[in-house]
Amino acid sequence: MTANGIAVSSKEVTKVFGRGDTQVHALRGIDLDIRLGELTMLVGPSGSGKTTLLSVITGLLNASSGDLMVLGRRPAKLSSEELVLFRRENLGFVFQQFNLIPALTAAENVAVPLLASGAKRQQAVERGKEFLATLGMAHRAQALPSELSGGEQQRVALARALIHDPKLIVCDEPTSALDGRTGHAVMELLSAAAVRPDRAVIIVTHDARIFDFAHQIAHMDDGRITSLEENRRNPPSADGFTAALAAVPAGEQEQRFYPATGG
Amino acid sequence: MNFVALKMLVADRAKYFSLIFAIAFASFLLANQISIFIGIMTRPSSQIQDVVDADIWVMDPQTLYSNEVYALRDYDLYRVRSVPGVEWAVPLYKGNGRAKGPDGRFRTVILMGLDDATLVGAPRKMLVGSIRDLDQPDAAIIDKAGYLYFFPGQPLEAGKTLQMNEKRVLIVGISDASAPFESFPVLHTRYSQALGFVGRERNLLSFVLAKPASGASAEKVSRGIEAATGLRARSTAEFSLDAFLFYLRNTGIPVNFGITVVIALVVGTVIPGQTFYIFTVESLKQFGALKAIGVTNRRIVGMILLQALVVGGTGYALGMGITAAFFARTMNYLPTRGIIFPWEVMASVGVVVLLVVGLASLISIRRALVLEPAVVFRG
Repeated sequence: MTANGIAVSSKEVTKVFGRGDTQVHALRGIDLDIRLGELTMLVGPSGSGKTTLLSVITGLLNASSGDLMVLGRRPAKLSSEELVLFRRENLGFVFQQFNLIPALTAAENVAVPLLASGAKRQQAVERGKEFLATLGMAHRAQALPSELSGGEQQRVALARALIHDPKLIVCDEPTSALDGRTGHAVMELLSAAAVRPDRAVIIVTHDARIFDFAHQIAHMDDGRITSLEENRRNPPSADGFTAALAAVPAGEQEQRFYPATGG
Repeated sequence: MNFVALKMLVADRAKYFSLIFAIAFASFLLANQISIFIGIMTRPSSQIQDVVDADIWVMDPQTLYSNEVYALRDYDLYRVRSVPGVEWAVPLYKGNGRAKGPDGRFRTVILMGLDDATLVGAPRKMLVGSIRDLDQPDAAIIDKAGYLYFFPGQPLEAGKTLQMNEKRVLIVGISDASAPFESFPVLHTRYSQALGFVGRERNLLSFVLAKPASGASAEKVSRGIEAATGLRARSTAEFSLDAFLFYLRNTGIPVNFGITVVIALVVGTVIPGQTFYIFTVESLKQFGALKAIGVTNRRIVGMILLQALVVGGTGYALGMGITAAFFARTMNYLPTRGIIFPWEVMASVGVVVLLVVGLASLISIRRALVLEPAVVFRG
């Protein structure tokens, strides 16, 4: 993967939309290293380029110029087919609006990355159930997204992002659709479950209440990184994960304390 | 991912059933209108098709189709018989007369005068009596629809009488003759008897019915008759087509029905196509998420095609079931008798549905393929 513990290395990366008079410079020379084992937040006002940078890092958009390395690969050098495979194997996504498939149960939604890789349905869904159990959601495995609260949906989305053991987790405003307490609980869970020495987590947010969870915060404005802030924390532990589960809001305690399996 | 595609399809029951219903309705509309059109347009040739013993129809050169006939001279029969390749030839009278019932109601009828000796051209299927009963004096066989017109509500039985040209017509049998275009009653009688049932005309010979010699084709022998006699000779298939084309060119039926069929085609194309397209467009965000997660475009295409196949197949099957039930219900109803649901129509509608759903899928697929997966980051 990376010899120096760097998951994402961005040098002078730019992204320009449109041409001529309608040209928009969304990214204006981004220099940023995102380290393995850390949670990096991209913060800033709307239109500052956070989501564009996230899209470029994940290969959903191509950079206009600059040098970008993600987990030792240059997305710009990959074919579209290779990019899809690269994302499937190495990336986990958590979206602002969860983007769960309404027709699938929680366990089936979690199983989607495995299904995309060709896993058999039954095995994948079984694995999805197990994984949900580790996040205290075993008893909601058969529920449809419409039957879940916002916090539960985001935990399902988190399970979907983690199930195939990716090396890079990207989260787009993971707490903005949640109330403060639930958002905090989800962040604790995300921080504890996702951050590992061999994995990097990137979160785009402008929710200042969750900044404490970051190891590194890149402040962005007008397509540039205006400041880089270090916030050294102790690495997450098994105890930390248990504590995170326990931090789930009172309304969801039943799920938290009585997981069906795993836990 | 197939089960994901199917679950996405059926998750919203109302939308799923409206898709199925749209395709079923469109299939039914198309199959129904085309079948009725074909049924009506083949009626002008129903009396030709009912004559199964002879394969060649010989007529005056100016006769264009079977319902407007200029009579031949009696000796034309012998001229036809003398043509090489003709195994036998018999006379046939086909014309219209007026029949009057016992209660005074009258109606124009189609009168078929059959060769006295052979009764070639007799009804294929008898419901009451036998064609040999025509040997009786004043005897005629009437079709079921005609019988029920003159004797409504009465049981089907021989022995009743009508009046034609001030002469008694003894009903000796009831046939299941194919419905004619004009829905007139059809009477079969002997050639010699027909003389008495219609007003006296100088010539009565409408057609000469002939049979080609064994091994000779009806078309080839027909050309031989034309060359040898100067008369017009057509095989049964050719003469049926003449009748079809005559009505096609000289009546407003094809235009009016054509408009209906085109409307059915447009409705049948637009409704399911648009509904399926909207369904896919509404699922774009989900497809975007799948693409971001790492589902390949090929897999997305497969998912959409599977959804199209399931929706199209189910809707089509339902539509064909409704159509079949419709025609099963109406085929024994006298005014619509003989109008059936040909398998060719069923197959054609299947192709149309396949094309419609395929086209809608292709447009939908295009939207899904050009979709930027980055759309999932736009809240």
